[in-house]
Amino acid sequence: MTLKKLAALALTTTLAAAPAVADLVIPDLSYRTGPYAAGGTPFSDGYQDYFNLLNARDGGIGGEAVRIVECETGYNTEKGVECYESTKGEGALIYQPLSTGITYQLIPKATADQIPLHTMGYGRTSAAKGEVFNWVFNYPANYWDAASVMVNYLLGENGGSLDGKKIALVYHNSAYGKEPIRTLENLSAQHGFKLDLLAVDHPGQEQKSQWLQIRRSRPDYVLMWGWGVMNQVAVQEAANIGFPMENFIGNWWSGAEHDVTPAGAAANGYKSLNMNRINAELPVFADIKKHVHDAGNAAGDGSNIGKVLYTRGMYAAMLAAEGIANAQSIHGVSDITPAQLRDGMESLEITNARMEELGMGGVGPAFSVSCSDHGGNGLGIVQQWNAGEGKWVALTDYITPDDAVTQPLIDEDAAAFAAENNITPGCL
Amino acid sequence: MFYREAGDFKTTYQEDSQTFPIKFDRWRYWAVLAVAYLFIPFVINDYWASAVFIPFLIYSIAAIGLNILTGYCGQVSLGTGGFMAVGAFACYKLMTAFPDVNIIFHIIISGGVTAAVGAAFGLPSLRIKGFYLAVATLAAQFFLVWLFNKVAWFYNYSASGQINAPERFVGNVAVTGPNADAWAKYLICLVFLTVCALIARNLTRGAIGRTWMAIRDMDIAAEIIGVNPLRAKLMAFAVSSFFIGVSGAMFFAIYLGAVEVGEAFGIQKSFLVLFMIIIGGLGSIFGSFAGAAFLVILPVALKLVGVDLLGFPTDLVSHFQLVIIGALIMFFLIKEPHGLAQLWRLAKEKLRLWPFPY
Amino acid sequence: MPTNVLYLIEVLANGLMAGVMYSLVALGFVLIFKASGIFNYAQGVMALFAALTLAGIMEGQVPFAHMINAVFGTKIHHFGWHVPALAAIAMTVLVMIAFAWAVQRFVFRHLVGQEPIILFMATIGLAYFLEGVGDLMWGSDIKTLALGLPQGGSRWLEDATAGWGGDDFYGFFIDKLDIVATGVAIVLVASLIAFSQYTKHGRAMRAVADDHQAALSVGISLNFIWILVWSLAGFVALVAGIMWGAKSGVQFSLSLIALKALPVLMLGGFTSIPGAIVGGLIIGMGEKLFEYTFGPMIGGATENWFAYVLALIVLVFRPQGLFGEKIIERV
Repeated sequence: MTLKKLAALALTTTLAAAPAVADLVIPDLSYRTGPYAAGGTPFSDGYQDYFNLLNARDGGIGGEAVRIVECETGYNTEKGVECYESTKGEGALIYQPLSTGITYQLIPKATADQIPLHTMGYGRTSAAKGEVFNWVFNYPANYWDAASVMVNYLLGENGGSLDGKKIALVYHNSAYGKEPIRTLENLSAQHGFKLDLLAVDHPGQEQKSQWLQIRRSRPDYVLMWGWGVMNQVAVQEAANIGFPMENFIGNWWSGAEHDVTPAGAAANGYKSLNMNRINAELPVFADIKKHVHDAGNAAGDGSNIGKVLYTRGMYAAMLAAEGIANAQSIHGVSDITPAQLRDGMESLEITNARMEELGMGGVGPAFSVSCSDHGGNGLGIVQQWNAGEGKWVALTDYITPDDAVTQPLIDEDAAAFAAENNITPGCL
Repeated sequence: MFYREAGDFKTTYQEDSQTFPIKFDRWRYWAVLAVAYLFIPFVINDYWASAVFIPFLIYSIAAIGLNILTGYCGQVSLGTGGFMAVGAFACYKLMTAFPDVNIIFHIIISGGVTAAVGAAFGLPSLRIKGFYLAVATLAAQFFLVWLFNKVAWFYNYSASGQINAPERFVGNVAVTGPNADAWAKYLICLVFLTVCALIARNLTRGAIGRTWMAIRDMDIAAEIIGVNPLRAKLMAFAVSSFFIGVSGAMFFAIYLGAVEVGEAFGIQKSFLVLFMIIIGGLGSIFGSFAGAAFLVILPVALKLVGVDLLGFPTDLVSHFQLVIIGALIMFFLIKEPHGLAQLWRLAKEKLRLWPFPY
Repeated sequence: MPTNVLYLIEVLANGLMAGVMYSLVALGFVLIFKASGIFNYAQGVMALFAALTLAGIMEGQVPFAHMINAVFGTKIHHFGWHVPALAAIAMTVLVMIAFAWAVQRFVFRHLVGQEPIILFMATIGLAYFLEGVGDLMWGSDIKTLALGLPQGGSRWLEDATAGWGGDDFYGFFIDKLDIVATGVAIVLVASLIAFSQYTKHGRAMRAVADDHQAALSVGISLNFIWILVWSLAGFVALVAGIMWGAKSGVQFSLSLIALKALPVLMLGGFTSIPGAIVGGLIIGMGEKLFEYTFGPMIGGATENWFAYVLALIVLVFRPQGLFGEKIIERV
């Protein structure tokens, strides 16, 4: 391995000396417009800024410059398809659509075109099963992990038993929002808590009925799977009915700064999951400021640096870049193909030491990917909003999900997909 | 000069009432068909198929369907998205329940299912008129989307409610699924569109079409001259829904391959198709094409110019897209209030006299 | 009183309040439809635009900053000042009046006498246009409206009523924001009615609504009246935008509240201001009641379609809506 790496290093340095002809094309299917723009913009800023940092500071990845091709989807699947087709022709290496709807579109397409798809903490959960979804990766965590992490956190809060507790799930009435239901139902049977399901239709401006119902039934905890305006309204309504905010936990797409700021001080104490720790003091942010923002190359207006979703976008870019570097070292070429990147992603190993080295220590957990497990270890933290200081505070260390619950569900769903599409599970 | 009736003698009634009375138009019609069938399939690639042609063809079918209802029969409908969802889910259930039957039959049967649903939701049209009728179709829109979201049977109990189109073949050519070639998907859409347009054209210029137009112009007067409004209106709802159902089935199976009902068939879709026929021209088959082209191709063209040629940031371009489309709609209206089809008619009128307009 | 009945009352009361919020949006539609026969699809976008402008002015944002930065490579975002709420509201009203003038001058003046469907379509164009301009001017991030409107359940009411039912009754819940909205709506409707009854321009407005030609022939300037009506609709849109934006922050989704106003309009009739209010109340109450009683049985999230079904049921019996002008058909 080391020998291989050394050889690759030698090779890349010689290649870097020669003028780079081709470059690494990374499409960014962003959405800076439309109903979900507030979430899409910081993610995309972080995603692009990190690649720009690599270009400016390290001369790209393995000496190969990264070229970002941004395409605006507006969270709309039709535009997502247009974006996919238009960037595919440019030699796109990896897709990160940040939309469950677009992900479902792209899973068969990207598989047929042999381009890896990375859906970090969203998309189709059963894609964690790499034998069926060879080209789709959803590490470091997925929705079912999130549901399980939430329940494990609550178990910890309640001395290991949720027996007789009442938990309500407020969810976006879409594919995204329905994802955790099955997991939570299984967990509710296992741990003996009662589960109430409350659907909120897109866009979610009006949730009075749901919250009046919560007020009447007084669940011990409210979990939320929201996105877009639904988050802001839900936080406000929870505060309105006087629901104790510390018992209200959103998933990691319901826990950004803009989700809580409109409610002001009332949002204090609201909790959410996160798969990436945030820390504005990370060295990587200083580097981004120096090499990217001060050079006038910031994506967007540069105001999002250090925020939850910005950090997540940057984290996603880092995972892609590490995958590329890994692929370069495996195959010994710097100008890799999508298929080679897939190999790099499938044998990706993120260690804490490596994270420190990259200037983002603790942002994500250490995990490794294999053919049978494209999903990482599914760790998540619980964070709490401090309205006075205007920032999220991490409450816990990484919490482990209950694989015994999620794995059978993943296997079952993946098997159904394989049967429907005539896929014989296996490694590439 | 070359575009005129003079010298083109018609000796039968049939010839006299044909769709294109002018020789040049007939030539143009065949030329367009020839290009569409014999040229484009050989040069089309994934991008052009997925980004431009397939959505254009499918939206055209939907627009023709809605135009029959709204443009010819005068019944405003905002339920297009819901009816497309019926087509899509019918197609999905059929595709998974009867995998051995050819997809073409599935699409046609999906249209039939939608026609039945559409006729049922058309019943209130006998009592409610004008803008107020939109409420009945809006009820259909929201109720159908809710139904397909809620009842797990419709999406075969999948965890997320997404439906995925499995691979299906016509002959031995795949037309759905990720491995379908661009030309195959394009051709099947084109065939359906051609057939639909022919049916629509011939329905609307025949006896049924005339009863629809009588209803549109004034339903009480139509009733007095012997048109049965129940039959005519429900027929319009059924026929229109059939086309919309076909387009919904193809939208799901051929174009997107995976849909989520709220996102793909929401109220925005109903508005979009309505915009198409209003911009294109109410009561005109050509208008349906023109409107679909305007709203499908223009955004892509603006994006290509803005992002790829001028290199503006993508968000600025998509904001400008809205501004430009909005301004163009208003500009066209001020210049020509009856839609693109009327512009086309005027252009033809002018051309007939050209180059000696006096 | 049994707890169930108390909760039913609570649901009805909250439904009424929600109905008021719907009515606020519907009012703008009615104003324009009554005076000019235009079904203004852009009303929701106008609410978004007005709220965006208000938030932008208060924050001291530079309009079109993103575009200017992209073209000139500058880095400007804010003027660095904060405008007090009342001054900002006044400035936003001025912007909406300018907008009304521009709409009249550049669009609808050229479309006088066209069919309703064509006017409707022009407002579609307007909606696209305004949405794009709003984004270009103020950006697409979520803005907080710091107007200091009260929010949250009224604790006083809750404590006062908590003992009325059994142990599982926790007192009535009424959102303070809804109470404010109700007050605002009452003042708004009262002043609109007073304006149209007792002022010169108001009477002229009614005259135009009755008959364009006749109004024109007695020397009323149609152009002025239409600008006036669009300004009023812009003002109503601002109020609706503030009320809805207080809950969710000002963001794109605000333009979708127009969808909530559609069933209200159908039910109340397009041409009646009281109709918009009563329609809103009925829809708000009806959909909340249905969600409360039948929602849990059939899976919830029924409000969107039930509002239309309710309107449909009413329309089958009264095809012109509750308060609409009677449709007289002549051959």
